[in-house]
Order: sequence, then structure tokens, then C-alpha cells
Amino acid sequence: MRLSSLARGLLAAITIVVLAAIYLPLVVVLVNSFSTSTSLTWPPPGFTLEWWVKAFGNAGALDAVLTSVQVALAATVISLVLGTLASLALQRFEFFGREAVSLLVILPIALPGIITGIALNNAFRTILGLQLSIVTVIVAHATFCIVTVFNNVIARLRLLGTSYEDASADLGAGVWTTFRLITFPQLRSALFAGGLLAFALSFDEIIVTTFTAGSSVKTLPLWILDNLFRPNQAPVVNVIAVVLVLVSIVPIYIAQRIAGAEKIAR
Amino acid sequence: MAADQPAIRLTGLTKTFGAVNAVDGVDLDIAEGEFFSMLGPSGSGKTTVLRLIAGFEQPTSGTVSLFGQDVTDRAPFDRDVNTVFQDYALFPHMSVLDNVAYGLRVRGMPRRERHALAREALATVRLEGYGDRKPGQLSGGQRQRVALARATVVRPKALLLDEPLGALDLKLREQMQVELKELQRELGITFIFVTHDQEEALTLSDRIAVFNEGRIEQLGSPAEIYDKPVSPFVAAFVGTSNILDDTLSRLVLGRGGIHSVRPEKMSIGREDTAIHTDREVAGVLAEVIYVGSSTRLIVDLDIGTRVTVLEQNDADRVGEDERGSRVRVGWDERDTVALAAAPIPADDLPLLTRPEPATR
Ligand SMILES: Nc1ncnc2c1ncn2[C@@H]1O[C@H](COP(=O)(O)OP(=O)(O)OP(=O)(O)O)[C@@H](O)[C@H]1O
Ligand SMILES: [Mg+2]
Repeated sequence: MRLSSLARGLLAAITIVVLAAIYLPLVVVLVNSFSTSTSLTWPPPGFTLEWWVKAFGNAGALDAVLTSVQVALAATVISLVLGTLASLALQRFEFFGREAVSLLVILPIALPGIITGIALNNAFRTILGLQLSIVTVIVAHATFCIVTVFNNVIARLRLLGTSYEDASADLGAGVWTTFRLITFPQLRSALFAGGLLAFALSFDEIIVTTFTAGSSVKTLPLWILDNLFRPNQAPVVNVIAVVLVLVSIVPIYIAQRIAGAEKIAR
Repeated sequence: MAADQPAIRLTGLTKTFGAVNAVDGVDLDIAEGEFFSMLGPSGSGKTTVLRLIAGFEQPTSGTVSLFGQDVTDRAPFDRDVNTVFQDYALFPHMSVLDNVAYGLRVRGMPRRERHALAREALATVRLEGYGDRKPGQLSGGQRQRVALARATVVRPKALLLDEPLGALDLKLREQMQVELKELQRELGITFIFVTHDQEEALTLSDRIAVFNEGRIEQLGSPAEIYDKPVSPFVAAFVGTSNILDDTLSRLVLGRGGIHSVRPEKMSIGREDTAIHTDREVAGVLAEVIYVGSSTRLIVDLDIGTRVTVLEQNDADRVGEDERGSRVRVGWDERDTVALAAAPIPADDLPLLTRPEPATR
């Protein structure tokens, strides 16, 4: 496509403005984490590593990181298993209500977090009579993390078609052997990408977490929210925020790289 | 197991997809060691019959028996037949050797043993030394041979081949046809070969079933199918035929019914020369098409129809420069084939003669 130089300049300007609007605040957070000021003043009066040192000695913050990692890992594992099963069922078998089930599986990602949160809170406490705990957070996160796995796997299954599975059955392999030797190896990268996204989604989730965590469980986002407006904690929060951004971005970057590499390989 | 047991027996086999009768009451016995072809236009149900035999589809009604055993309710992995798929379906994440060894692997054969057998199978399709490659690194013809090796290494009692040569160019195709035939003779097993290429079916097969709209229109040896087509559909689908409908038959032959005459059985001569055949009709030369070893001449007969005549090329043939001149077309009574007097659906036979495919 050819554009006039005016149009090209305009497009470039819009792109720069949009990207700047997204990423400049992140840069501010990064810079502030090295600032000598404790009150998020701009520009920073001086530079220090004090907050980074403090952050890594902060028991509350480290605890929160650990909790978040546990929640994200568990939610990811659940999503991988259930997401794969659901996509296999919906892509490989005909049954009544298939379309409806398919929609129901994807819906949680579109539901407002606050609705999911309130609904799950209700279900856990009043209907099931459960104490809110790390387990309830994990289950809550899994409800929407499944979607990323499901979407990745079902797209791959559609692309693969059934002919490899037919060929495997034709050569004498049962259903499980076919899955293990033929389907799963070809799903691996889709599972990896879906799992990474699920991890990132869980790691920085805050709304649903608020409603399902109770008072004893502090994930990293919850800890940040608690500490953001405490005067002496603000710089430490900046440090944690930077870490959180990195932990969220890296998996997405890797997932994108995998998708890109596979497109080229095909 | 009785010795005269058919390898494959289909009884009343029917498969409907929604409103479509993909397969419509097929009864068929295929003998052990037979090279059997299913020939038919696109959508006539050939693939569906194959998938029903392999077990990928469940029939709406009817049964599939293999060597006297009813296998209608058995899963594909529980049937003693193997398939060579139209798109080969080689596992892309496995090496060629592992692909070929797959059927042995799922039967629990140890690695060393199955690799030895797989190497042997690769040798029979002349692909020794290719075992370490991935399927993506092979040419179309090589992939096709890997698919053959993979399906035959497990020693099936019958091999189902769904247009296995469809993706190959003409030269490779002809070469692979010979190899297929040799392989079948070597293995001595039943081959069921699906194709929509009539020439391929005629050269390879012991018997052919011509499919039309989910039914077998005619079943017989290649010679029977070609020389004695039972219906206008078969006459037009297998090779080229000049078809005389009821009115024209009365006019030219002096009797009713539908008749066909092959283009190569017709002779052509200039208006003033005698051609010494039982039947002679005058007309105008409409088109002359040179096809290498022979020439196809299209003539508009005065009785109101168009016929195709195939003539070997020799010095005195009617030439291209004679387009538009008056000619005589003739043929002998013994080359006139009476087709079933079934009425021809108008849209099945839009032209009186079907042109041969351009690639042939
Ligand atoms: N899974 C399916 N769902 C719905 N209709 C189908 C399905 N499979 C086949 N059909 C229909 O059944 C009919 C027969 O199809 P089939 O694939 O057996 O034809 P074919 O003779 O193999 O044709 P081709 O030469 O094009 O491969 C077609 O009308 C097709 O549209
Ligand atoms: Mg087909």
C-alpha cells in the first residue's frame, strides 16, 4: 500500500501519541522507583537504590509475590487441564448444545470482573459454605484463565483437522494413544502460549481477587493497592509495580514469539 | 473362514448427511487380492464408502463385513484395513521412519524391531536413506510413497486408497501407477482404489464400480465398463461417447432406445468418398483438434446432432483446412452399444458428446 507523505506523517504521529499515552506512565513508575522523593513528585529530585533494597527486604511484599505466584501457577495448571479437555470435546465431538457450551466457556473473560467477583463470593460463602482462602482465589482465577487456554487450543485443533487422528486410529492406535502420540505433541506450543497468558492474567488480577480472597490472602496487586497511599510505602510500591510489569510482559512476549515462529515454520 | 469368503462385503450400505444421501444402498463383494476401483464424479460418495469401510463414519443403515466378520460397530483401530489418505496425513512432528513405524509402535513392538521393519518398508518404496527426514522435507511423490509404506508395513488384509495420485503431476502419476500395481502384486492383498480419473481406473483395475449419486451405476471389468456401458451416464463418464437418443436412434438405426458409439469406432471421409461402414450419415466438419498421435474431428450431422470422431493421424486424413466442408461419418453395427432405455435427465447430459479432459 502506498500512502502520501502527509498521511504517513499523520499516521506516525497518531501512533506515537497512542504509544506514549500507554508507556510514558510506566516509565514514570520505573523512574520513580529510583527517586529520592517519597511522595511521587515529578521530576525526581535525585536517584537512589534505597527502595529496591527495601522492597526486597519487605516481608509483606515478598509474601504477596509468593502468594501471587502460587495462585497463578495453580490457576494455570487447572486451566491447562480443563481448557484442553473442553476444547477437545467441543472441537472433536458432536453433541446437543455444543454451540451454547462453547459460548459459556468463553463468556467469563467478557463478564465484568466485579460481577464475577460478587457472584463467586456469594457462591463460595453462602451456597457452598466455604471459608475464603487461597483455594477460592485459585478457583475464581481459573474461571477466566481457562478461556485463554481454550481459545489457543481450539484454534490449533481446528487448524490441525482430524486427518492425523484418523490416520492414527487407522494404524491401530486407541483414543488415548492417539492423544498422547499425535494430538498432544502438536498442541504443545498452543498449550504453552495459552498457559503463559493464563499466568499473566492471574498474576495481575485484582477485582475478582478482592471478592474471593478474604482478609488472610494478599496477592501482589492487593498488597500494592493496600500500600499505595501509605506515605512511606509509595516508593516501595513503585518497585513492586515495576516487577509486576516485567512479570506480566515477559510471558506475553514469549507467547508472541512462539506464535510468530510457528507461523514461519508452517 | 471359508476360502471363497469375500475380503469386503457391503450390504445395503447407506449414509445420509442431513438431507444428502451420500451413499445410497450399496451392495458389493470385493474378492481377496483384487485390485478394485471406485470411479465416479465429485460428490458421488466414493470417499464416504471408503470411510465407512475404514470405520471413520457410521452407516445410517447397512453393514460392512471384512473376511466374513461383521465389523459395522467396530472402531477404526479394530479393523484389519489400512488407508492411504488423499492428503497422506503423515505426522508432521515425526521423522519419516517413525511415521512408517507408527502402526508397529502402537502394537507394542520394540523400537529396534519396528525400525528394522520400517526401513525394509521404506526400501520397497525406494526411499531408503530418507528415514531421518521430516515429512515436510519430501516431495509430493515421496510423501505418497511414505504413506504407502506406513499403511502396508502393518500387513493389512486390505488397503484403501483415496485418490492417492491426485496431487501428482502427470509423469509422476503414470510412474506411481505402475509402482502401485507392482506393490499390489507383491503383497497379494486387496486394494480398493478411489479415483475420478477414468483412464487410471481402466489401466489399473481388475474390476471397477462406477458411482453416481451414492449408487453403483455399473460394476464390471474395465473392458466391460468401456465397451458395454449400461447407461448413458457410464458411457459419457468413462471415456467419450457419441450418444444417440431415442429419436436419433430411430432415424439412423431404424430402432428405438438409446445407443452410443465410441469416437474411435467412427470413420470419417470426404463427401465424395465411400467409407464402407454399416451406417453412414452426412454432415459438416465443425472443428478439427490435433491431439498428438490422433486427431479429434467434430462434425455437425445433418440429422441435428454433433458427434466426435477420433482418427489416427496419417497422410490422407481430413485436414484442418477442410473445416466447414461437407463430410460423411460412418460406423459398424457391432460398435453400436445399446444403453438401458432409461430416460436421460436433461441436466446430466447437456451435450450429446462429452469432451475428453484436456490433460489426457
Ligand atoms: N461430513 C459430511 N457432512 C455433510 N456432508 C458430507 C460429509 N461428507 C460428505 N458429504 C456429502 O456427501 C456426498 C458424497 O461425498 P464424498 O466425499 O463421498 O464424494 P466423493 O465421491 O469422494 O467426491 P470427490 O471425488 O470430490 O472426492 C457429497 O454430496 C458431500 O457433500
Ligand atoms: Mg473423495
